[in-house]
Amino acid sequence: MSERTIAVDYLARVEGEGSLHVKLREGRVDHVELRIFEPPRFFEAFLRGRMYSEAPDITARICGICPVAYQMSSVHAMEQAYGISVGGSLRALRRLLYCGEWIESHALHVYLLHAPDFLGYPDAIHLAKDDPETVKRGLALKKAGNALMQLLGGREIHPINVRVGGFYRTPSLEELESLRPVLESALEIAVETVHFAAGLPFPEAEEEYEFVALQHPDEYAMNEGEVVSSRGLRIPASRFDEAFTRAPVGYTSALQSVRKEGTPYLVGPLARYALNGRHLSPRARSVAREVGLEPVVRNPFRSILVRGVELVYACEEALRIIAAYQPPDAPWVEPTGKFHGGVGAAATEAPRGLLYHRYRLAPDGKIETADIVAPTAQNQRRIEEDVRHVVERSLALDDARLTDLCERAIRNHDPCISCATHFLRLEVERT
Amino acid sequence: MAVWKFASCDGCQLTLLDCEDELLAVADAVDIANFREASSAVVDGPYDLSLVEGSITTPGDAVRIREVRAQSRTLVTIGACATAGGIQALRNFGNVEEFQRVVYARPDFIATLATSTAIRDHVAVDFELRGCPISKVQLLEVVSAFLTKRAPNVPTESVCVECKRRGNVCVVVARGTPCLGPVTQTGCGAICPAYHRGCYGCFGPMDSPNTDSLIANLGHLGMPPEEIRRGFRTYNAGAPSFRAAGDSIAGEETGK
Repeated sequence: MSERTIAVDYLARVEGEGSLHVKLREGRVDHVELRIFEPPRFFEAFLRGRMYSEAPDITARICGICPVAYQMSSVHAMEQAYGISVGGSLRALRRLLYCGEWIESHALHVYLLHAPDFLGYPDAIHLAKDDPETVKRGLALKKAGNALMQLLGGREIHPINVRVGGFYRTPSLEELESLRPVLESALEIAVETVHFAAGLPFPEAEEEYEFVALQHPDEYAMNEGEVVSSRGLRIPASRFDEAFTRAPVGYTSALQSVRKEGTPYLVGPLARYALNGRHLSPRARSVAREVGLEPVVRNPFRSILVRGVELVYACEEALRIIAAYQPPDAPWVEPTGKFHGGVGAAATEAPRGLLYHRYRLAPDGKIETADIVAPTAQNQRRIEEDVRHVVERSLALDDARLTDLCERAIRNHDPCISCATHFLRLEVERT
Repeated sequence: MAVWKFASCDGCQLTLLDCEDELLAVADAVDIANFREASSAVVDGPYDLSLVEGSITTPGDAVRIREVRAQSRTLVTIGACATAGGIQALRNFGNVEEFQRVVYARPDFIATLATSTAIRDHVAVDFELRGCPISKVQLLEVVSAFLTKRAPNVPTESVCVECKRRGNVCVVVARGTPCLGPVTQTGCGAICPAYHRGCYGCFGPMDSPNTDSLIANLGHLGMPPEEIRRGFRTYNAGAPSFRAAGDSIAGEETGK
C-alpha cells in the first residue's frame, strides 16, 4: 500500500499558530487536518463575573489584528440586552471605525501576506527589494486605515475609545476632515490594488461554497443585518445558534462551527461580495467590472481581488461618512430604566467574516455566560475542504510544491488562528 | 532578529508591521531571520536579537522558551502577556479545570498549565517592553538601541507625568473619573485621559507604585471595592504589585 504525507509544521504568514496534516492513501486524499495548536486562553471563562461594560476592552484582546470587530460585536450584544438603540452619527462613527479596520487588515493581507504567494517571494520584505513601489503602496494603504483607527479609537491595536452605547469622546468635524486627503489618496491606491491583483497568475479552482454573511437592506453590511446564506438561510443575528453548532475536534484547540446539518460553510470577503455585491459603492462596482470580476467568486485564490474591491468600498464609504458627519449631541447613549438581566446576542462583519457574540447578564450587569464564535472557527472546516480539493487536483506535484500549494489554499482565507482558538503546521502524509 | 510567539493575540508582533514608515528601513538594518507571521523564509539560529510575544501556558511552551533563550544572544519580551502573563493570567486566580469545562466540551483534548506566566519566570530576560499592546515608538527605540549597543531609553515614570506633558485635563480632578494613571507606567501617550476616560493600566505597574494610596483615593471617588479589585485584575493581573493590590481588597474572583 502506498502512503504519502504532506505536513506543514508551522504555517507562515497567518496570524497565530497552526499546522496542516494531509494523508494520502493509494493516491487518494484520506484526511485533511487543519490543526490549531495556539494555546487556549479561556476568554469565555474569565468573562464570567466581569461587568457588561468591560467586554469590549477584554474581548478585543482575543485578536490584535481585528480588535474593532470584537469591540463591535460585544457592544451590539450588550446594547441588545439593555434595549439601547444607537443611531445617527454614533452609528456612522462605528461604521467609520470599522472601515479603518477593514482597510488596515485587508491591506496587510493583500500586500504583506498574500501577494508574495503569487509573485514567488517568501515575504513582502524580499518582494520590496525587487519591487519597492508595490510594497510601499500597500504600506501607505495600511497606514490610512490605521490613521482612522488612531483618530476614532485612540490607537490602532486595542483601541480605547469604544464603549457600550457609543464612544468616550467623539471627534470634531475638523478632526475628521483632516483625514480626507489621506483617504482620497488611499482610494486611488485601493483602485490600483484591484488592477495589480487582476494581473496576478491564479491557480484553477472552483469551489461550491455555502456563503454566510450579514445582510442589510440598505448598505454593505458591517455592524447590522440578518444572517443569510447562499442556500436560503435567513435569520436574525440573535438567533445564530438555531442554524449553527460548534464541535470540538481532537486535533485542534479551536471549536469548529458548522451548520446544524453538520455541513461546512464560508464567511468573509467572498461571502459578503457574493451576497451583498449590489450594495457596493459605484466606484467599487465599476472597478470590479473593469477587471472582469465575476459577481460570485468561487476560486478562493481570487479572494485577493475581492479584498481589493472591499478596500475600494471601505475608502469610499469612509469618505462618504466624513462628508455627511454631524457631531452627535452626546458621545454615548446611557441605558434607561431598570435592568432585570437577560441575554444579548449580535454579529458583525470582521475583516475575515462574521463574528458572533452572545452574553447572559445578571440583573447587576455582570456577565453570567459568554459565547464567542470567531470567523476562522467557522471557516476552518471549509478550508480543509479547499485543501482536499487542491491536493486531489495536484497529485502529480512533488511534496515541496504540493505543500506550498496547500499553504496557499489556507492563506486564501486570511485565517486568524489567534481568533480561532478561541489555527496551523502542514503535514501531508502519503501512503 | 527573530520574532517568537507564545500565548497572545498577535497584536504586539503586528506593531512591527504597523511601523509603515519604518518597516523597510528596519529590514535594511536588521536581517529578519525568523518571523513566521510575516515570512515563510526561516534562517536557523543562533539569533542576535529575539523579540518574544506571549505568555507561558502549556507544558510544551515551557520547554520551547528555553530553546528560544538558548539560541538568542539578547532576548526582549514584548507586551503585557510576555512581561506579566497577560489577560489569560486571570486563570491564575481561578480553577483552570473549571475554565476548560466552560470553553471546551471535551477538555481532555486540551493540554494546558494551571497558570499563565511571564517569560521572566522561565528564562533570563534582557529587556522587557510593556503595554497591551506595546508602543510602536518604544519598539523602534529598543531595536535602534540594540543596533547602536546602548541601553533603550524607555521611561518608567507614571502615566500622570505624560498626561500633564500632553496638556490633558486630569479626568480625576475635573470629572471624578477613576483612573489608574498614578500607578501605571507611561508609554501609551496618556491616550485614555485624552479621550476623556480613566487609564485602565494596560502598561502595567510603574516603578514603585503607591497602590495603597490609589486604592484609598478610588474609594473616596465612590468606586466600590469590588470594582477597584477588578481594575487591577486585567491585562497585567500577574504583575507582582498589581497582583498584591488586587489581593489586598476582599471580593469574589471572576470566572466562577
